[in-house]
Amino acid sequence: MSVKLSIRDEQLLDGQHGEAARMAMRILVRMAEVQSAPEMMDVSQAHIDGCGLLSETGLEFAETLAVKGAKVCIPTTLNMGPLDLQNWRRFGVNEDFAAKAIRQAKAYTDMECIPTWTCAPYQSYLTPRFGQQIAWGESNAICYANSVLGARTNRYGDFIDICAAITGRVPRCGLHLKENRKAQILLRLIDIAPAIMRNNAFFATLGHLVGSQAEDKIPVIEGLPVDASSDQLKALCAAAASSGEVALFHAIGLTPEANTLEEAFQGGKPEQVIDIRLSDLQKSRADLSTAKEADMLDLVVLGCPHFSFDEFRELARLIRAQTEKGKMLHPNVKVIVISCQTSYALLQRSDFLDVLTDFGVEITLDTCVFHTPMVAPDTKVIMTNSGKCAYYAPGELGVQVAFGSMAECIASAVKGHIYRKETLV
Amino acid sequence: MERTLVGRPIVSGSAEGTALVSKEPLSFWGGLDLSTGEIIDRRLQRSGAVVTGRVFVFPRGKGSSTSSATLMESIKTDVAPAAIVNLKVDPILALGSIVSDELYHKALPIVVLAEKDFYSIKEDDHLTIEPDGKVLVSRKPSAK
Repeated sequence: MSVKLSIRDEQLLDGQHGEAARMAMRILVRMAEVQSAPEMMDVSQAHIDGCGLLSETGLEFAETLAVKGAKVCIPTTLNMGPLDLQNWRRFGVNEDFAAKAIRQAKAYTDMECIPTWTCAPYQSYLTPRFGQQIAWGESNAICYANSVLGARTNRYGDFIDICAAITGRVPRCGLHLKENRKAQILLRLIDIAPAIMRNNAFFATLGHLVGSQAEDKIPVIEGLPVDASSDQLKALCAAAASSGEVALFHAIGLTPEANTLEEAFQGGKPEQVIDIRLSDLQKSRADLSTAKEADMLDLVVLGCPHFSFDEFRELARLIRAQTEKGKMLHPNVKVIVISCQTSYALLQRSDFLDVLTDFGVEITLDTCVFHTPMVAPDTKVIMTNSGKCAYYAPGELGVQVAFGSMAECIASAVKGHIYRKETLV
Repeated sequence: MERTLVGRPIVSGSAEGTALVSKEPLSFWGGLDLSTGEIIDRRLQRSGAVVTGRVFVFPRGKGSSTSSATLMESIKTDVAPAAIVNLKVDPILALGSIVSDELYHKALPIVVLAEKDFYSIKEDDHLTIEPDGKVLVSRKPSAK
């Protein structure tokens, strides 16, 4: 075996820390070989994506570890799961699916993971700090942790995440090392008006474009507003990690490893410079939609990744603007917001929860429309403000999708058809 | 015509099948239907093709970190490709095959080829994957 192991690594492999830890360490060492890592290293936090998809094999893997007595040895948060654990009956999820989902959830909480059940863990609980070595799953969260927080994680897939959490070890390679975090290509925003960059749809649109342009390179973006919000960067990360494999981007003056171009490139030069103009953004935005203007709308999906408290407030403001004009939710349209318990706890302390529920907004927690069977089979056209949701919905849900800003989603939900009037991007 | 390409075995194993060639990267989760083996990323040129039993030749993985779970489930249910040939190591796909091996002793061979060799493979070439990473390519005369 070519990977250099510590005494504790050897003990883990020998089963001295239990059968589950042995299996976890075996998987980690095999992955170190795949990634040509010379040795293993410590991580001090994990985020588990493997709890999300309900599959026979995923359930068996989690229960195998849990039955063998596995416990995580570092603070470990959980991604959204396959079920709204409190409200699943309301969404018509069948009993058999729910029973298995509950078993899978229990396996992970039995291993002492923290039941955050969210795909936006960086807005929820135990936010990693700059430079912290972590093992995170969930593509949007990986991108956010590396890019926005400056924590260090590779793209951890389902199942190695819990192995890292059980052992506290990962292969020493990739984005854990500073020299591998330097920007490789430069994306310059050219002549994009500040008003466009204040529109939330801009960030998902840009993310979709960045993901398809960057390929397997680390991009640095020049020209982004330095006051971009957490929700805007969340939208960018989610889109870029769906159309592409972006696990880290830099943005000059905005992200922590890119105060200057020189810092982002660590003194080196860009391999490639790509200029992004308004027409590129318009093309990217069009590419996010398969449905057409004026198509009849069945469902609006918001909260991919999970809605924050600020996004709930923005939604309430948009709904109030409609209801004050006497407008109501169109009877043929459903509006689902996906979120997590931490955002919802704050929402319950606000004065606008009723604004949302009175309008007809359905809020689901802990899960997502892709992983729990809650989208009615006769749903044909959905609309979303998420680049990630727009990317995956046609294949995963078998629907036509329209991408638009949150305001356009609500305007469409009132009219009953796709209605986008923000023509800029 | 027969020739041998020498690749790096990412997950070692033997397999054979006809090549299904995609020029674009794929996210297995959100990109592969677990009941039919169909490529369902509607943005891709190979959308609609069925990977089951084929040697799936595509440059690299992308997108979802759930792709490892999707691959493992597809191996268990026999919907998976016979093998994967990539241009770049994708740890997430390797992981799906390795965990499947640990849990079910059923690994899906994954080989990474150099650029020139990778692009020399054409649709429907018959490929034999060997445990040491060799890829034997035979092309039907009619296909030229």
